[in-house]
Amino acid sequence: MHGFDDWALTLAVFLPLVGAVVMLVIPGAEEGLHKVVALVTTVATLGIGVAILARYDYGGHQGLQFAPTPKDWISVIHAKYEVGIDGIALPLLLLSMVITLLVVLYSWNHFPEPHNPKAFLILILILEVGMNGTFVAQDLILFFVFFEVVLLPMYFMIGVWGGENRQYAAIKFFLFTLFGSALMILGFLALFFATGAESFSIPFLVQHAQANIDPDVALLIFGGLFMGFAIKVPMFPFHTWLPDAHTQAPTQGSVILAAVLLKLGTYGFIRIAIPILPDAAHTWAPWIGGLAVVGIIYGALGCLAQTDMKRLIAFSSVAHMGYVMLGIATLTDFGINAAVFGMVAHGLITGMLFFVAGSVKDRFHTLDMKRLGGLLLQAPRMGWILGFCCMASLGLPGLAGFWGEFPAILAAYNPAAGLSQPLFRTYMVIASIGTVFAAGYLLWMLQRVAFGTPKEEWDGHAIDDMHWPEYVSWVPLLAGIVALGLIPNLLFKITDPAIQVVTAAIGK
Amino acid sequence: MLEHIWIIPAITFTSFWLILFFGKRLPFKGSEIGLLALGVCLLLSTVAGFQWINHDSAEVHFERAPVAAAAEGGHAAEAAPAAEDGHAAEAAPAEGEHQAEAHVLRTPVDKSVHWFKIGDTQVDAGTHVDGLAIVMLFTVSVISFLVHVFSTSYMSGDRRFTHYFASLSLFTTGMFVLVTASNTLQGLFGWELMGLCSFMLIGHWWEEPKNSNAALKAFLTTRTGDIGLLVGISTLFFAAGRTFDIATINSRALDGQIGHTALLLAAIALFVAVIGKSAQFPLHTWLPDAMAGPTPVSALIHAATMVVAGVYLLARLYGVFWQAFSITHSSINPVAVVGGITIIIAAALAFVQTDIKKVLAYSTISQLGYMVMGLGVGAWTGAMFHFFTHAFFKALLFLGAGSVSHAVHSFEMDDMGGMKKYMPKTFWTFIIGSFALAGFFPLAGFWSKDEILLGAGQNGYTFFMIVGLVGAAMTAAYMTRCVYLTFFGEYRGHGHPHESPAAITVPLMVLAVFSVFAGFLNAPKLFGGEWFGRLVEDATFVHAAIPIHDFSVTAALLSMAVVSGAIGVAAWLHFGQRLPKGLTERSTPARLGHTFLANRYFLDHLYTGVIIGGIKGPIARAAYWFNQNVLDGVVNGVAFAAKRSGSWIYKWIDQGAIDGTVNGSGLGAEGLGGSLRRLQTGRVQQYGSLLFGGTALFALGLILLVARSN
Repeated sequence: MHGFDDWALTLAVFLPLVGAVVMLVIPGAEEGLHKVVALVTTVATLGIGVAILARYDYGGHQGLQFAPTPKDWISVIHAKYEVGIDGIALPLLLLSMVITLLVVLYSWNHFPEPHNPKAFLILILILEVGMNGTFVAQDLILFFVFFEVVLLPMYFMIGVWGGENRQYAAIKFFLFTLFGSALMILGFLALFFATGAESFSIPFLVQHAQANIDPDVALLIFGGLFMGFAIKVPMFPFHTWLPDAHTQAPTQGSVILAAVLLKLGTYGFIRIAIPILPDAAHTWAPWIGGLAVVGIIYGALGCLAQTDMKRLIAFSSVAHMGYVMLGIATLTDFGINAAVFGMVAHGLITGMLFFVAGSVKDRFHTLDMKRLGGLLLQAPRMGWILGFCCMASLGLPGLAGFWGEFPAILAAYNPAAGLSQPLFRTYMVIASIGTVFAAGYLLWMLQRVAFGTPKEEWDGHAIDDMHWPEYVSWVPLLAGIVALGLIPNLLFKITDPAIQVVTAAIGK
Repeated sequence: MLEHIWIIPAITFTSFWLILFFGKRLPFKGSEIGLLALGVCLLLSTVAGFQWINHDSAEVHFERAPVAAAAEGGHAAEAAPAAEDGHAAEAAPAEGEHQAEAHVLRTPVDKSVHWFKIGDTQVDAGTHVDGLAIVMLFTVSVISFLVHVFSTSYMSGDRRFTHYFASLSLFTTGMFVLVTASNTLQGLFGWELMGLCSFMLIGHWWEEPKNSNAALKAFLTTRTGDIGLLVGISTLFFAAGRTFDIATINSRALDGQIGHTALLLAAIALFVAVIGKSAQFPLHTWLPDAMAGPTPVSALIHAATMVVAGVYLLARLYGVFWQAFSITHSSINPVAVVGGITIIIAAALAFVQTDIKKVLAYSTISQLGYMVMGLGVGAWTGAMFHFFTHAFFKALLFLGAGSVSHAVHSFEMDDMGGMKKYMPKTFWTFIIGSFALAGFFPLAGFWSKDEILLGAGQNGYTFFMIVGLVGAAMTAAYMTRCVYLTFFGEYRGHGHPHESPAAITVPLMVLAVFSVFAGFLNAPKLFGGEWFGRLVEDATFVHAAIPIHDFSVTAALLSMAVVSGAIGVAAWLHFGQRLPKGLTERSTPARLGHTFLANRYFLDHLYTGVIIGGIKGPIARAAYWFNQNVLDGVVNGVAFAAKRSGSWIYKWIDQGAIDGTVNGSGLGAEGLGGSLRRLQTGRVQQYGSLLFGGTALFALGLILLVARSN
């Protein structure tokens, strides 16, 4: 199995590409075959993920695992093909694999207009290449390439299969993120040259950047990285691409966007920005925490002003990612553990909410909450699942969302040494107030969509409850939400050792 | 059983899933599973109760601290640690008639499993069984079981009968989890689970907007209080040295290992949560609205679960509150004040209600005020005893009201009257419940309420004793009004009322028996001995040297006189038809007073209209406007400017200067956005190929490079 360990991550990243190649040579008319190939590919990819999970060393080994010797790639700039995972990357890699598989399953009979399953599924597979690649890359250039690979498929997904205002949303998504990327790559280059132009390797930079870079320069570089990642998260005030992208994207696009793409930003903070420049992170932390709590309240207020269900869920992401960023900003083990948990939980829960919203739109052809109501009467199972997801999303203990939220609030009481306690305790209280707002907008949504009686315009319309693709794609998410909610150690056990490494470097 | 107490919540939790998934296929639509589960839980908690009574105990001596000694400050606190070592006989000097007494202190039973670990902090999930937990388990089981029995008949034919029973199981699970939890985090699970279930049950008939509004209001109001819970738990976690363990937190708080500022912050924050959950002033407004749920649920919420959770939290973390508010050394503190205010304002509101359930709802708020005030003045045992007795008579009254409404199909007392002769069983049990609530000798409420009043008086909280007495008089009077309007006079409704079936009346009778006799469990020696107190008083209690009070005949006579007087006056007014008619038209102050009460002190207007309306309306809209016009305006502005400068450069420099020709082609003016859009208008197939081509090339390059480097 030694060979497997060396090749596992490369397989996990490029297997979907193989599937895409196969699909490319199959004529577009063979829809069934395309679906099968896409399914087989994503299942096989997840299989590799499960094998990685099984062979992962949960014990004392705190460094990178499944990391083969770095291969030269672009030798001129010393960029290498360097991959590896630790406890922070593993859950996200699996999340990406699971979500992609479920999205393919959900697509079975839910292809948005203009249909074309071939192109649609190929895009999903290419997205998976980018997402998996970002989580395993241990070289900044490699990371950057994968980070950017994600953009194009999503751009086309929104721009072609999206809603009425798709062109605007797609371009905004693309350009906004690209703008952040430009600053991020500047940051990468600065790191490279400031450490003697030797390597883009993340482990190398973690060891050498702090000592070799002037603190003032480090602050600037962190600023560049911050812009790249904060736009992706998205943090207030760089979030305005998100509601448009979500509202216009097809269901599958929204699910992937919310469940995985947003995590690329937060992952970037934990993987790159903080470990490489811990002192700069320390200086930036109060500002990041401030923007995070503003985002929590602001996102919630944005939700309360919505009449469109999907746009509401989109704004809720701004609030939820606020908790993740607050956890990160505390620079403590509790906070960062909460952040990684929050990323996974948000992936499952908000992914589910977008799935439900998609199915509601499928049946009613609208997501205007003024026209909806009484979903529980017309499609009771879907209605109850919506209720369940709302409860999970508002952070009910016993469901996954809680473990992203509460430990972040807890950690803010006692942030890393040197950070202002009164300031972070104020953040703690504001974040706690945010939980009430979250309950408010989610339950109001539930009330408007699921409770009451259907509006007159739906008299005589037969509304189907759930179909089998919905069952198979939703049940794993729902089970995951409950399992992680009751047994948080499933995730903390994986993330904690890796996060101890990150926090140990802070304040040194 | 004591070690395996987790079985009890596990049973109801399993029952929830079984009912949810298989309930509809069963002959009794799932109610049989719920009944069976609760029956077993009742049995198990009774067994646990007996085991606790016989549990190995260390006989410790501790001072039956009279008020004088407690007020002397450090003295009592010094005696306490010694008491734990069993040397209290020497430590506690025989002062006058107050002698150190042997007190049986049973060792709590703890059991835990590893839950999760972050860094060096390991958090265990576990159960902590002591007298308080046992009493809670027993009471909750009894009430929940009877509510289940009652519901089989009361809810029969309901459109969501199965869901209803599933929710009841889950609700009970929430309370079981809370009362057996060994740490605050786990307590939070039970706490919020109850919030969820009350949301589901209050909004049970969610087709009506009124009901779902009530459900939302309940959830959001308690959630507002929960801000305090999150902050309080976090504060205590760090202040007590990175632990959620309740016993540890209590003992460290009492030992003075937790700084006073942190302790005070935590206590205030937790108390906010108590105010929300236990419907104390000013967050009490959700509870009357919660009447929108089915009546048996109201009985469950009001008697044994949900609202009692707040009081329980206060009692469970008493070390924190005790120390933070210096309960022995002061004569006023936030807990006592809020409790006292709640007693009076809620009782006052009970007078102007026309809906029988709302009378009872305000009565619950008022009685919870007694428990909170009791804890505030240091009458810990009294407050817990009041919880115990109140559970029975309040459940009895709610179920009785349900029985009446079953007959007249209304909760408006205007549609009732003269029910005495139609439903004698309901009538007599309701009368017993009312007298017990009013605190009439020798029924249950008398003993427990008196103990609180006595505690207030003897601990130096004289003012609060008076508040309690005034409250007692008001309680007696509004219950007299309620009984009169419901059961006496002429029947004012329509149809033919009839006595309810056995499934409804038997629970009433069982509860009536409890309402009569439960009080004797902690009656003074003369009537049977303070058995209840010895059962529940735990290590914290002894450690803090919470004073125990001697029964006072004078105080008992005084409270009886007040209660009898109030009943007499109210009966004289109502039965004698002597209520001044048209008083509100003639007298301006009376009219203003009535308007003030009828509008519930305008608190609802403040919350729903001003605060929530403000946030949902103008504030949210303003934020969104800011988002769309300012933030997005910047983004769009940048894009627009880029496009314009692009087209300007193209037009004047590229085309103009280089080509020397000026042709403002529309295509060029589109700039980058235009070219992207052009790319998009082609066939979908091409995008895929294009994109794939790009990625494939990249991958190919990658592979080649990797391969070459070897």
